[in-house]
Amino acid sequence: MPATLAKSGGLFLAMVVALFAMTQAKDAAFAVHMAIMALAALIAAMAVMATANVTATLGRDESVYDDAPVRWGVIATTFWGVVGLLAGLFIALQLAWPVLNLGTEYTTFGRLRPLHTSAVIFAFGGNALLCTSFYVVQRTCRARLAFPSLARFVFWGYQLFIVLAATGYVLGVTEAKEYAEPEWYVDIWLTIVWVSYLIVFGGTVIKRREPHIYVANWFYLAFIITVAMLHLVNNLSMPVSLFGSKSYSAFAGVQDALTQWWYGHNAVGFFLTAGFLAMMYYFVPKQAERPVYSYRLSIIHFWSLIFLYIWAGPHHLHYTALPDWAQSLGMVFSIMLWMPSWGGMINGLMTLNGAWDKIRTDPIIRMMVLALAFYGMSTFEGPMMSIKSVNSLSHYTDWTIGHVHSGALGWNGMITFACMYYMAPRLWKRERLYSLRLINAHFWLVTAGIVFYTASMWVAGLTQGLMWREYGADGYLVNSFAETIAAIHPMFLLRAFGGSLYLAGALVFAWNIAMTIAGRIRKEAPMTETPYNPAADRPLPASTGALQPAE
Amino acid sequence: MSRYEMLRHFADSWALLAMVLLFLGFVGWTFRPGARRHHEDAARLIFRPDDLRE
Repeated sequence: MPATLAKSGGLFLAMVVALFAMTQAKDAAFAVHMAIMALAALIAAMAVMATANVTATLGRDESVYDDAPVRWGVIATTFWGVVGLLAGLFIALQLAWPVLNLGTEYTTFGRLRPLHTSAVIFAFGGNALLCTSFYVVQRTCRARLAFPSLARFVFWGYQLFIVLAATGYVLGVTEAKEYAEPEWYVDIWLTIVWVSYLIVFGGTVIKRREPHIYVANWFYLAFIITVAMLHLVNNLSMPVSLFGSKSYSAFAGVQDALTQWWYGHNAVGFFLTAGFLAMMYYFVPKQAERPVYSYRLSIIHFWSLIFLYIWAGPHHLHYTALPDWAQSLGMVFSIMLWMPSWGGMINGLMTLNGAWDKIRTDPIIRMMVLALAFYGMSTFEGPMMSIKSVNSLSHYTDWTIGHVHSGALGWNGMITFACMYYMAPRLWKRERLYSLRLINAHFWLVTAGIVFYTASMWVAGLTQGLMWREYGADGYLVNSFAETIAAIHPMFLLRAFGGSLYLAGALVFAWNIAMTIAGRIRKEAPMTETPYNPAADRPLPASTGALQPAE
Repeated sequence: MSRYEMLRHFADSWALLAMVLLFLGFVGWTFRPGARRHHEDAARLIFRPDDLRE
């Protein structure tokens, strides 16, 4: 009872502080954000009081896993996935038809683009990482989640971060740092949430009943710690006012650029790679019902990734004011990354060794295999694009966009879908998913979508790169920028078509998850039947004489 | 020598050596005698029947 009083009282105080900050706001966006903070504090206070355990008799049952935050995470992942992909399709259509900017500042491409990237990376991907990490760490440590209230704070605090970030982009609040756009006060909020996440995850590892820490947890821990470090350093900035949304970076010029891309590339390396590899190392063996191909290789994969990735960032700054040696260093380390990436892909794929038929019969395995194939393809393409001479053609073109999406849609998207399909029936105690055949439909929709997306962006990127560098006999550039846009307009249309296929697949996914939660089971033929032909199932009559046993 | 140059020299000599040795140590550790059995156990850890209820 005193705990409930303290918690709800503290939350009401937080609401009052937020309302005070709102009245002092120097700009409208800050006022809106403080209002959202105040509302969140109020809702949290109400929830604390409504769910208060007045008699205080409830001891925690350490013999069951704490799966409530995991269930919320599956729903949040599904919801934000659809929102993020919808935003992506909309901005793809804006590029094809600029009239869709709708003539208001709030709906311009420049404001909706970070909304799309943050929604898919941090909202969809982030929630997938949160809920799978809570699921995996409990099961591999054989221990109930540590600090249950803090785990709930992590989930809801992270959703608040997403809402603050998203509304900020639409209102024009930005630090102008790619994938780190939220302003200083949202960064501080995320830091609090992230440190809490580390405490919950680390606490569960510490109280484990299993002596060995399974390799998936190494990847999760590396992801959590490194993202904390990247976030703190890249967002060092000085606010103009304590009650305003504008701040200025602690770094200037090329130092700022290098810090940004040290952050940016490792956000890919540790958020979108290490964290998702953790999912791969648990869910692929579980779904295949076979241990990982080589546990030793998984450890070598881990250390190589950790030691190499952190140096690759400068390849985003080829041919800039960054010192030449730093550019070459970034390039060399990017190329070395080929080895651990392919080692990891081979480790995941070879886990199916001896059970390859599952690709035909199990649509979840099929999705995992495609995810690993895309992990291999995009980690081959990335180092290639980091080579300076290739980069001089590919940089600033749509090839980069195509590359990012083959990784994000192919690797991150597919492995996330597969893990959600794995967890949903187990978390809600269902006999099986609503429909396995719908997974198949989902698989083909998103696969076709990725093919349209990446293929059109390769063509668009090469077209742009070649047109930009074309000189005439008199030494002038041949093409204007507008001419290159006109040339790739058909590719923009194909990209939007691919995106709509992917979104359609995600809607099938959301439907399947929703029906599974609702407890429905679709009546459908199983994915595979052993062939049986009753007409052929009889002895050969002796009279035909067609076949005689050998003498 | 400027602070930049000092840090650079340190980074591409002792720091580089320490990183390489650490990396080789971590990777080499997986090849220690008896590691194979330990790895096989660890890989099967996720399939052991559960003490806790799902």
